[in-house]
Amino acid sequence: MAPPLLEVQGLVKRFGGFTALNGVTLSVKAGERFGLIGPNGSGKTTLINCVSGVLPVNGGTIRFDGREITALPPHQRTRLGIVRTFQIPKPFTSMTVLENLGIPLEYAGAGRAGAEGNTDAGEILKTIGLDAKAHLRPAGLTQIEMRKLELARAMAARPTLLISDEAMAGLSSTEVDDILTILFRLNAQGITIIMIEHIMRAVMRFSERIVVLDAGERIAEGTPAEIVRDPAVEKAYLGE
Amino acid sequence: MRRAGVPLLVGLVVVAAGIVLAMVRVNPYIYFAGCVVLQYVVIATAWNILGGYAGYVNFGTPAFFAMGAYTAVFLIQSMRAPLPVLLVAGGLVAALLGLGIGYLTLRLRGVFFSIATLALSVVLQTMIMNWEYVGGSRGMSVLRPSGPPFGSYVTFLFTVMVGLAVIAVLVARFIERSWIGRGLAALRDNEEAAECMGVPTLRLKLFATTVSGFLLGVAGAPFPYYVTFVEPNSAFALDYAVNALAMPMIGGTTSWVGPVIGAVLLGTAQQLATVTISSEMNLFIVGVVLVAFVVLAPEGILGLVRRLRGR
Amino acid sequence: MVAGLLLGGFYAAVSLGVSLIFGLLDIANIAQPAFVILGSYAAYVMNSAFGFDPILSGLLFTPVFFVLGAVVYRVYYESFERRGEESLRGLVFFFGLLFIMEVSLSLAFGVDYRLLQTAYTSKSIDLGGGVGIAFRYLVPCVVGLAMTLALYLFLGRTFYGRAIMAVSQDRLALRLMGADPVQIKTIAFGVGIAAASLGGALLISIAPVIPSTDRDYIGRMFAITVLGGMGSIGGTLVAAVILGVSESLMSTFFGPSWSLAVSFGLLLTVLAVRPAGLFGR
Repeated sequence: MAPPLLEVQGLVKRFGGFTALNGVTLSVKAGERFGLIGPNGSGKTTLINCVSGVLPVNGGTIRFDGREITALPPHQRTRLGIVRTFQIPKPFTSMTVLENLGIPLEYAGAGRAGAEGNTDAGEILKTIGLDAKAHLRPAGLTQIEMRKLELARAMAARPTLLISDEAMAGLSSTEVDDILTILFRLNAQGITIIMIEHIMRAVMRFSERIVVLDAGERIAEGTPAEIVRDPAVEKAYLGE
Repeated sequence: MRRAGVPLLVGLVVVAAGIVLAMVRVNPYIYFAGCVVLQYVVIATAWNILGGYAGYVNFGTPAFFAMGAYTAVFLIQSMRAPLPVLLVAGGLVAALLGLGIGYLTLRLRGVFFSIATLALSVVLQTMIMNWEYVGGSRGMSVLRPSGPPFGSYVTFLFTVMVGLAVIAVLVARFIERSWIGRGLAALRDNEEAAECMGVPTLRLKLFATTVSGFLLGVAGAPFPYYVTFVEPNSAFALDYAVNALAMPMIGGTTSWVGPVIGAVLLGTAQQLATVTISSEMNLFIVGVVLVAFVVLAPEGILGLVRRLRGR
Repeated sequence: MVAGLLLGGFYAAVSLGVSLIFGLLDIANIAQPAFVILGSYAAYVMNSAFGFDPILSGLLFTPVFFVLGAVVYRVYYESFERRGEESLRGLVFFFGLLFIMEVSLSLAFGVDYRLLQTAYTSKSIDLGGGVGIAFRYLVPCVVGLAMTLALYLFLGRTFYGRAIMAVSQDRLALRLMGADPVQIKTIAFGVGIAAASLGGALLISIAPVIPSTDRDYIGRMFAITVLGGMGSIGGTLVAAVILGVSESLMSTFFGPSWSLAVSFGLLLTVLAVRPAGLFGR
């Protein structure tokens, strides 16, 4: 039984008097399609911010590939293979789409045997459907194109573990399927994917296993079918 | 390496032109004014490495400049050190200052770095004023060394400044086009995203602060020999603070060309203006022009040119 | 020691504007010290022309400064905040303002030191045992305490005050309150600048002022705001007193010229050790 790729143990995160994460424990297996859901404010993005290193934790540990990374700065975690996208896209505004990919290619993926597949920026853009816009600045992109740029940039960082933070929020049905196809393809190449989403049909279709957060605590875990039937989950979303 | 040869060659040509210019005996005032303008080319370029490339605003340029100048004074007083030593030492001390302030504040938001640099000048000035060895608040006379390699001392300094300006621009250009420059641009655009894409933001910021500080100190090191009387109010002059900002902002902050344009334009204008208007009026105008550019044309002259070209 | 406490009360008066604008609104208005000095000169002019008491001048000019602050904020908002480019350019904008104001005052008033004399500045209360409290320091301290209390009540009890607190924390909550964030911020900025009017008037009755005095106060005002904690008015008062006492002690043992180093050192220490300050959110 291979050790999990990502192991989060008893993670605690406080903001002043407010406890956003109250001892969250979960683990993700290599190659898995993992879903993380929960009502607004349950702590999903905080958890991702802690895993990616953007926020320091107040307690608990994070292990990646057997190695403790709790104290590592974000850029080193990225170099190890943990790559995340941002809920609200954060492109490098002064650079073209192609140059945006150049940054992770230069800084994150170099010298590491990540997932097989595209290492060339142009190739990545073609895969994701942005090659026509390669020389545009992000200001000239539509919503979905910005989301695709986020993903493309993440791909350029040669992730072993990709965390997709609400990449589909506000997109149309076809656009959601578009993104979903890309994520499935990445997973087929061996990349472990954690998907955080509110769009239920996407999460249910995509995930092999799901963890549900509510008010900073893990309230349920299981396959999509199990989660749908879980009364605790229903209560969290719909109230009593 | 071949590509790097071209700018170096251009640089050498410029220096040679400077030497030729120094040999030709034109009105000596031209050399004085020229020294000041060239000094500003170095200052503006240095400021822009941190301000324009990384997006961190340094309001304490006088502190770094004066550190270079006073390191030179100290070395001149203690051991009559030759000019190259003064330049390097001045640069190193200012670089350390940059590294120190950076280390303390760059982990936080950029605002705190800027506030710290703002307070820095005043504090350092107070400390220098209490240091009698370098003249304290009364100031100190500095004798120029005899026998410059060619021409008069002023024309020699002029050539040295040409050389320093070329070096500063080459350094900035090199950084801008390298992986460091790309990383700095990423962290300027969005620091959080850059960090998550593998860019070691803290390290790059400290690098930029140190290099910027070094060059500012180098700009200040010839100051004692240039003015021959060093006192805190002129070494820490407000002119340096506002010009270091205004020149890159007016010229354009995204490339090494901007600060050069800004320094030449604004510097020359100020040198011409000193004979007609008071220095306070001069500063007032610079301040107004700065605010006007920041509000109306934030990308500077370079940005305007780019927009006119339709890009 | 007593002098330090009194100085602290005065420092609170001067720093309230920064505490409001930087601490709550998160706008790095580094031009604030220049507004304070502007207030000083306004009080000076009123005093030499009409013999007005500085506190009276300070209060009189409050509406003028409020409008000035509102205008400045609008320009800032239109040029920078709305476009999301606050950081670099906003800072440079405020520095430009600071600079222009300082130089303008230099042009208008020259570089002689100005000081205000009022009927009571030379008097003092004798506490016995050789300890006296000079009115020169007592009055600004009391006014400073009053201003702090007034601002605290304003923020906690009035609609606009609470709206300002809301806008600093959660814009959505603000919308639910039916208020426009931009309008609220305009008011807050205006109040912050208005505080500078009175602060400046107090300043010139305590110590001589020249246009470049604003640079001495940059370090102090921001050190106090950061030490007190961003967004905490009570914290500002505590921090101001701490700074006042520290500077007094430093002055007694090492001489007055090191007082600026105290605020700078304090600022760096707080940033390095506990950037949230004493009472920060």
